[in-house]
Amino acid sequence: MSFLEFCDVHVEYASNHGMLPAVRGVSLAVEPGETLGIAGESGCGKSTLAATVLRLLPESAAVRGKVLIDGSDVLTMGWGQLRAVRWSQAAIVFQGAMHALNPVQRVRDQLAEPIRLHRTVPSSEVGERVRNLLEQVGLAKSVTKAYPNELSGGQRQRVMIAMALACEPDLIIADEPTTALDVMVQAQVLRVLTGLVHDLNMGMILISHDLGVLATTCDRIAVMYAGRIVETGVARELFDAPEHPYTRALAAAFPRIGDPLARYAPQGLPGDPPSLGDIPTGCAFHPRCAIAIASCSESAPRVVELGHHRTVVCNLVGP
Amino acid sequence: MSLIQEVAVGGNEPQGASRRGRSLGLTIGAKFLRAIVTLLFVILFNFFLFRMLPGDPIGLYARGRNQDAEQMLELRRLLNRPLWEQFINYMSNPFSSGIDSTRFSRPVWEMIGERVWPTVLLLGTAVALAAIIGIWIGTRSGWKPGRKFDRVSTGTTLTLYAMPEFWLGMLLLMVFSVGSFGIPGFFPVGGIVSPGVDTSTPIGWFNVLWHMVLPCATLTLIYLADYSLVMRASLMDERKQEYIGLARAKGLRDSAVRKRHAVPNALLPTITLIFLSLGFVVTGAITVETVFSWPGLGLLSYEALRGPDIPLLQAIFLLFSIAVICANLIAELLYVLIDPRVRS
Repeated sequence: MSFLEFCDVHVEYASNHGMLPAVRGVSLAVEPGETLGIAGESGCGKSTLAATVLRLLPESAAVRGKVLIDGSDVLTMGWGQLRAVRWSQAAIVFQGAMHALNPVQRVRDQLAEPIRLHRTVPSSEVGERVRNLLEQVGLAKSVTKAYPNELSGGQRQRVMIAMALACEPDLIIADEPTTALDVMVQAQVLRVLTGLVHDLNMGMILISHDLGVLATTCDRIAVMYAGRIVETGVARELFDAPEHPYTRALAAAFPRIGDPLARYAPQGLPGDPPSLGDIPTGCAFHPRCAIAIASCSESAPRVVELGHHRTVVCNLVGP
Repeated sequence: MSLIQEVAVGGNEPQGASRRGRSLGLTIGAKFLRAIVTLLFVILFNFFLFRMLPGDPIGLYARGRNQDAEQMLELRRLLNRPLWEQFINYMSNPFSSGIDSTRFSRPVWEMIGERVWPTVLLLGTAVALAAIIGIWIGTRSGWKPGRKFDRVSTGTTLTLYAMPEFWLGMLLLMVFSVGSFGIPGFFPVGGIVSPGVDTSTPIGWFNVLWHMVLPCATLTLIYLADYSLVMRASLMDERKQEYIGLARAKGLRDSAVRKRHAVPNALLPTITLIFLSLGFVVTGAITVETVFSWPGLGLLSYEALRGPDIPLLQAIFLLFSIAVICANLIAELLYVLIDPRVRS
């Protein structure tokens, strides 16, 4: 059985212009120990989808569908049960470590908090556990007494990773864990994260706009556009041979090392993702699509199973 | 690869841990220096301001009193000294230029010493109460803004804040000490202690407390909004921060998220503002003490203004200014002490 399952999840945000759909019917499963990458531009619903897992969306968001963790629906469970699930079954590595740590609490206390709360280890061993966690992510013991502002961005993100590991969750959700960091530190932090997730045999959802990064770190990738999944497949295969025109554009946007063609002519994707209040009819991608035909603006794209775990949502792809 | 390793090695120790001690000392020193410079400026200003005021000091001093010729001559001599001599004399003791209060014919410093404690007692209690209640209200309304409690409390505190202190004082006086609307007048109309009661006994303390209820309530009610609105706004800011989302994701109860994460952060600007507002509170004390005949510095400055009793006013001015400068200094130092971001 899958550890995490999204069943036809819809999320709409209430606004002055009515309900804005951020996620429009996503069904996806994460197997235990599997690393799933979710790719897409800003505003395509990646983070919103991830936030449904622990029911962390603001009150203005209306969620429909089911989000099953270990078979029980997160969206309908009581507060007590939800609090027990949070962090102990699924933990999050937040985007900007800059603001995700409490500025007036020492690192030690922030790390110990979920361990004490979920009684992961006896209270006499909490201090020991905190030191072990910091060691795991490659931080010195002196960091325990530091306040977040005394740490660098990379150190803070490592603390975030240590915190996510604190209660030995089955799933880690990493929402663009390296965006706020500079490039050198990005690679390093990502290596720490993926290494630990692999060693501890945890599942992970890694969210990024960088298809190349996802291809090297994930087992499987799902590509999202305008609140829907447009293509899923085995990571390496999807990156090397993208089928959906959007995935192709996304893959081409990042020049590959050793590929002179991409180096001299990195292809961008014209236009912007649609605003949530004005999603195009038919296939949402058709105004920006390189191969769109007239009917794309009318008929909804069909789901094409291409075999070997590859699914593409497009009318012009496949047999 | 070597670059990455370097970053990794350098990235293991908290930054700036060694620098912290020295820069903290410098920060505090700079703040003290600024306070001292401000103080010197106030002392200077205070000297010239009162020499530019219109009025006839001799006339004020002599009015309605039997003064012998010798005393008048001495006063005239003091007032007719050249400005620089007066200035040196003033700087040697800024609180009394060697001239007694014209209204009370007593040394200025003695008068102030007598009146300062009732004001400290009244203002201290009122500010403490307003801060505690205000922060409680601000926390409740800022955590869930737009709810009924928030709307009612914000409306009420703002209305009270908009009232003139003396007017609210008079209303309370009419209702609770004179007795109106069927409410028996339970509290005294003014003063600090009933005649003949010894303030050194427990009965005397309660008597003072009983006299303090109405003036203290007036000041507390007026300044409630000062603290509740700051705390409310501050908490509403913190609510949106990412670390609050993290605290929730950890599985903490809503109340624990508020108490352990949001409130400690929201308190930082609030505490600073409590001390910064002390200067403003002093002005409120003048009218409230007058309404309730509370024998403090506020009432004294009102009496001095009616004269005008220039030497006394000058000293009170200086004292209030020093109080405000000290409050601001404490606010800044406190911020350094409680906020780790400023500390390093």
